[in-house]
Amino acid sequence: MQEGKVLPAAQVNRDLLRSILETPRWFWPVVSLLGMIVLAAAVTIGIMVDRGLGITGLNYKVVWGFFITNFVFWIGISHAGVMLSAILRLAKAEWRRPATRAAEVLTIFSLMTAMIMPIIHTGRPWRILYWAFPYDFARGVWPNIRTPLVWDPSAILTYLTSSTLFVLIALVPDFAVLRDRTTGWPKIVYTMLAMGWEGNPRQWKLQIIAGVLLSALILPVFVSVHSIVSWDFGMAVAIKSWHSTVFAPYFVVGAVHSGVSAVVFAMILLRWAYGWQDYIRHEHIDALGRLLIVVATGWFYFLVMEIIFGIYGLEGDELAVRALQFLPGDHGVAYNVWMIVFVGITYFLPVILWLPKAWRRNLWIMSVACISVNVGMWLERYLLFVPGQANKQFQTFTWNDYLPQWPEALIVGATFAFVSMLMLLFSRVFPLVPLYDIKEGDILKTEMQIGRRTVPATFRED
Amino acid sequence: MPNAEFPHKWGMVIDLDKCTGCQACVIACQAENNIPINTKDYFLQRRAYEWIRIERYWEGEYPNIKARFMPVLCQHCENAPCEPVCPVFATYHNEEGLNVQVYNRCVGTRYCINNCPYQVRMFNYWHPNWPARLENQLNPDVTVRTRGITEKCTFCVQRLRRGEIEVEARGGQRLSDERITGGNYDPACVQACPTNALVFGDLEDQDTSIKPYFDDVNAHPGHGEHDRETRGYRLLEEMNTRPSVIYLKKIDQYPLKGGH
Repeated sequence: MQEGKVLPAAQVNRDLLRSILETPRWFWPVVSLLGMIVLAAAVTIGIMVDRGLGITGLNYKVVWGFFITNFVFWIGISHAGVMLSAILRLAKAEWRRPATRAAEVLTIFSLMTAMIMPIIHTGRPWRILYWAFPYDFARGVWPNIRTPLVWDPSAILTYLTSSTLFVLIALVPDFAVLRDRTTGWPKIVYTMLAMGWEGNPRQWKLQIIAGVLLSALILPVFVSVHSIVSWDFGMAVAIKSWHSTVFAPYFVVGAVHSGVSAVVFAMILLRWAYGWQDYIRHEHIDALGRLLIVVATGWFYFLVMEIIFGIYGLEGDELAVRALQFLPGDHGVAYNVWMIVFVGITYFLPVILWLPKAWRRNLWIMSVACISVNVGMWLERYLLFVPGQANKQFQTFTWNDYLPQWPEALIVGATFAFVSMLMLLFSRVFPLVPLYDIKEGDILKTEMQIGRRTVPATFRED
Repeated sequence: MPNAEFPHKWGMVIDLDKCTGCQACVIACQAENNIPINTKDYFLQRRAYEWIRIERYWEGEYPNIKARFMPVLCQHCENAPCEPVCPVFATYHNEEGLNVQVYNRCVGTRYCINNCPYQVRMFNYWHPNWPARLENQLNPDVTVRTRGITEKCTFCVQRLRRGEIEVEARGGQRLSDERITGGNYDPACVQACPTNALVFGDLEDQDTSIKPYFDDVNAHPGHGEHDRETRGYRLLEEMNTRPSVIYLKKIDQYPLKGGH
C-alpha cells in the first residue's frame, strides 16, 4: 500500500496546474540561458554546414565520433518513456503514476534531439530527405533497404509517432481541466485540444482502452528501436568489437538503465522547481531506485558478456581493439582509464548508492547516482564506438586516434540544454504530472470498512 | 555500356616481391584522379587522401631490420561490405566487377568507410582546392568531388570508358570485333609502376597474364591456402569479401637473421 495522504481533487488541480497558470520567477531567465546555449550550437551547426565537417575532430579513420555517440545516448534516454508508462502500466505498478508523463515527454524530446544528430553528422545534410523520405521517383532510385541506416528512421519515426499519440491520449482529460480554468486565447486552444471531453463514462472507457491498447502496441517498439540502432554497429562486419550479436539486448537494457535514471533526475528537479512534494514522493523515487538496481545488474551482465564474447574468439584483430580498450598503451587517449571510470560510475557507484533504503529516499544521493549513470552511459557508447574504429583491422599502418574538437563538444552539450528547455516550456503549457492519473490512483487507494475488515473501495476491471 | 557478348571482369595482381615502395603509383593516382594535394595540415588532421597508399611495415629490430611495402587500393570486392550499408545506393557493383561510387547520390553517412575492412574509402572533410596554377592540370575526365562525400579508387574507370570509345571508333561498331584488354587500358597506378609490380587485366579474357593467379586462389580458398601453386593471396581473406585484387607473396632471398 502506498504512503502519503489522499488529496482532494480540487487541491490536485490547484497544485499541478500552478506551473501553467502562474509563471515562476526563475522560469524565463533559465529558459533564456538554455536558449542561448542552443542558439550557439545552432550557429556552430551553421558553420559546420557552410565549411564542412572539417571543423570537427573526425579523421580518415574515425568517421563516427561524438555525434553518433550522442545520437545513441539520446535514443537510450527515450526508452524511459515506454518502460515507465507502457510496461509499468500493463504490470499495474501503482507508483508509476506521477512519472509517466514526464517520461513520455522526455521520450519525445530526446527522440527529436537524437534525430538531429545523424542528420548534422552527414557530409551533405541538405540531401538527407533523399534518404529518409524517398522522393526520387524520376530516377527510380529508392533507399537501400538492406542498410540499418534505412531501418533507423523508420524505427525512430514509429516510436516518435506512437509516443506522441500516447502523450496526447493521456493529456485529453487534463486539457479539459485546463479548458475550464483558462480564459482568452489559451482557452480556445485547450478547447480544441480537449476534443469535446466531458468526462462521461463512455469517454473514460474509450480513453482507458486507448491507453492500454497503445501500451501493448508500443511494446514491440520498445524492443525494436534500440535493437535497430544497435545494428548500425552490429551489422558492420569490418569493425572488430562492433560486429557482435549481443548488441541488441545489451543496448536495450543499457537504454532503460540510462533512461530511467534520467527520468528520476528530471522528477527530482521538477519536484524541487515546482514544489510537487505531495505528488512526487519519496516512495516513488524509492521504487524507481529498486527498479534501477535490477536494470543496472542486467546491463552489467550484458557488458561482461559483450567483452567475453569479443575475447572468446581469440582473433588477433579483435584482441587489438580490446587491448586498446583495456590495456595501458602509448596511444594518446588512455581508454583503459576511461573504461575503469565508466564501469565504476555506471554500475558500482550508483548500485551501492541505491542499495540502502535511506539513501534511495535521499534526493541528493539519488541525483548523484542518476547523473553518474548518465555520464557513464554516454562514456559507454563512446568507448564502444571509437576504439573499434581507431584499430579497425590488423593493418596497423592505418591505426589512428580521434580527438574531438570544440564544435562537437558544444553541440553535444547543447543537446542537453535543448531537451531541458523543451521540457521546461512543455511544463508551462501542459501539466507534466498527469492530473487524472493521480486522482485515479487516489480513488483506487480509498478503502472502506465492512464489518471489521478494511477492503479497497474500488477495483478496476482491466 | 557493358557488352553482353564480351563481358568484362576487371582484376589486378600486385606482386609484393617487385614492389619497392617508391610511391610512383600514389603520385600517378593523385594526378590522374584530381585528388587534392595532401598538405601538411591534412596530415596533421589525419585526413590525407590517398586512393592507393603504400603501407610500410618494419620487420625485425634495428639493425637487423627490413622494410616491407604493400600497396593498398580499393579491392573491388565481389562481396563488398560497403555496398549493402549505403542508404542511397551511392555505391554499388556494376556489371564489370567494379565497385562504383556515385558522387551525386552520396550524402556522406560514412557507413561505407566504417564497413570497408581495407580502409580505402576517403571522406572529403573540406572542400578541395588546388594552388592557382595547378587547377589547370585537373583531369577533365574525372569529377572534382565536393566536400561531404566519400570517394575511392575507381580502377580509373574514365580510362576504361575512353578505351571503349577508341575501340569502338576503330572497329566501327560497339566492342564487337576487338576487346578492350589489359594492354589497351591500364589504370594510372599500373602505368606508372616502374617495376611492373601492379598488373591489370580482364578476367574474362583467357589470355590475360593475371588469370592463372585468380584461378589458383579461387581453386584453393581460405583453409586450402597451402595447396596453392602460385604465391597469390587476398588481403583479409577471412572476411570473405572476395576482392578483385590478388597479392603475390614476397620471396625473401636474404631472410632476417633469426627470422623465418
